[in-house]
Amino acid sequence: MKYLVWGLVVLLVVLHQDLWNWDNDRLVFGFMPVTLAYHAGISIAASVVWFLATKFAWPSDLEGVTKSASETEHSEAVS
Amino acid sequence: MSPGVIKVLIIGVYLAALVSLGLFSSRLFRGTSKDYLLASHSIGPFLLLMSLFGTTMTGFALVGSTGEAFAEGVGVYAMLASSSGIIHSLCFFVLGIKLWSWGKKYGYTTQIAFFRDRLGSDKIGLLLFPILVGLVIPYLLVGIISAGKAIEGATRGDFLMLTESGSIPPWLTELVICAVVLVYVFFGGMRGTAWANTFQTIVFMVLGVVAFYLIATGLAAKSVESGRAHEIRDGQRVVRTEPPSGLMDSLHIVSQEIPKARRVRAEVTLSDQLATVEAPEKFRTRERMDPWLFLTYMLIPFSVGMFPHLFQHWLTARDANAFKLSVVAHPVFILIVWIPCVLIGVWATTGLIDIPPPIASDPNKVLGFMVKSLSGDVLGGFLLAGILAAIMSSLDSQFLCIGTMFTKDIVVHYSREDRFSDRQIILISRGFIIAVVLATFLLSLTTIAQTRVFQLGIWCFSGFSSLFPLAFLAIYWRGLTKWGAYAGVLTAASVWFWLFSASQFGAIENWSVDFTLGGSTIHTMPVATIFIASTLATVIVSLVTPKPDATTLEKFFPAADGGRVDDAM
Repeated sequence: MKYLVWGLVVLLVVLHQDLWNWDNDRLVFGFMPVTLAYHAGISIAASVVWFLATKFAWPSDLEGVTKSASETEHSEAVS
Repeated sequence: MSPGVIKVLIIGVYLAALVSLGLFSSRLFRGTSKDYLLASHSIGPFLLLMSLFGTTMTGFALVGSTGEAFAEGVGVYAMLASSSGIIHSLCFFVLGIKLWSWGKKYGYTTQIAFFRDRLGSDKIGLLLFPILVGLVIPYLLVGIISAGKAIEGATRGDFLMLTESGSIPPWLTELVICAVVLVYVFFGGMRGTAWANTFQTIVFMVLGVVAFYLIATGLAAKSVESGRAHEIRDGQRVVRTEPPSGLMDSLHIVSQEIPKARRVRAEVTLSDQLATVEAPEKFRTRERMDPWLFLTYMLIPFSVGMFPHLFQHWLTARDANAFKLSVVAHPVFILIVWIPCVLIGVWATTGLIDIPPPIASDPNKVLGFMVKSLSGDVLGGFLLAGILAAIMSSLDSQFLCIGTMFTKDIVVHYSREDRFSDRQIILISRGFIIAVVLATFLLSLTTIAQTRVFQLGIWCFSGFSSLFPLAFLAIYWRGLTKWGAYAGVLTAASVWFWLFSASQFGAIENWSVDFTLGGSTIHTMPVATIFIASTLATVIVSLVTPKPDATTLEKFFPAADGGRVDDAM
């Protein structure tokens, strides 16, 4: 799943190069130039992909860091 | 009361509220430099999201994006906003979390402290410090100039006793916002900055949506009144006489007037002009953008990986999970801010509103002028406060970070232990901040203020982006040596300066590095050349110089983290 998430990030970068839209002057929903609407979609897709990243590719070694750092701070405060 | 006075009063009340917020947060100050500089690692997910977002969205995002869309069209969103949605979150994810964990574990406050430790080199700090401060100054300039221009455009004709154009002179706006930000940063430190960022981010996002609504409906009403709006009735295209009904109807009316040259990135000639549009002739044509230029634009958002003020914000996080909301919501937040600004910029090219030559020749003033022309005095005052909020929410973090770098990386680092008390450290930090702000303010009074904010920002971000490989390799490559780091930083700095001077220090707009490939010329953003040169120098020199010592490698890449230490490249 982790590799799928990183694959989706690469896919976003590829989809960002939307050469096929460059000459299209159509208005989506009657007001949004198509290239703007397409890239608004890229922004939303980026949020979805990064949500998946926090679910399936989140580093697992950070809990220990947080815990040990908190303990260090606590012991410093006590002393 | 005159319209100008009403706006100034509203902005004044807003600025006073910010100062009060800084004073209030100072009551929670724990009296230590760690609390002043890092809010004692106490910032949760929501405050972290708002402060990271508020910090990255500056005058560049509001004033600059509107102006650039006015000058170049809607393609500006694809060039920087959607790519930033991917790359910024990537940087938070691959750099931010890791640096936060090391920062918390080993007690770093600045990037330089991390690099000194990771590379086992004290002198790397002396090399990085002037480069980072030198790059923050143009970033500060972007914000300060944006504020001055926005208010100048928005108060045109309101204060005829002050200037010939009747605008509040830019230097006055710049002086006032610098003073206000200094006050709340000095009193509130990082906690005050995070709170002020959150407050200001909410203000500019809400007021941005309000401005978008007012401008859309105002322009649609003008379109109908002037007989330019059309509708299809019984298969016939006829002039519309009914006033617009609501936001969606207004959006339909106004966007139909956007000239083709502002809707696409391809080449557009006068003969391609949409039959239904009567935009001024200067907005009806454009040259095709080079796809290579578009592709290489994507390297610019990597700059967030090396923004020193963002590094400091990362370290304020309470725990690693606090990053999750920022990673996920950042792309959509960018969308919420940029889409309205880009649309407002291209609507200004429709001819529905008359853009006077002094405004048209300085796109930085377009947003302020549109707000002034299409909103009432009271609401206009609030909208201008919103624009200033976006700008100040970046300035505060930048002010704080340069003070932190000077005290921690230079003064304290090179003094004997316990030479300065916490209070003295804070005072030294404030002194250096004032010196840098003064230098930036004086620069804003020079001809550099005539540069398009967007262009100035691009050069500044290109410099930070070219240092991204160093940050990435420091975290993920055990083979990085201090000599490789020196080579990468020096290469980035010299190539950046060489290209920047070739562009006449940003005076030549849309300057590119051109290559001939198979008989045709390709245009690339300067950042691509700097980024690649810096990466190659770092990697090649690291491969041929003595490896980092085993203690350093064990500290940052413990064996359990993947692979044995002694097999480092």
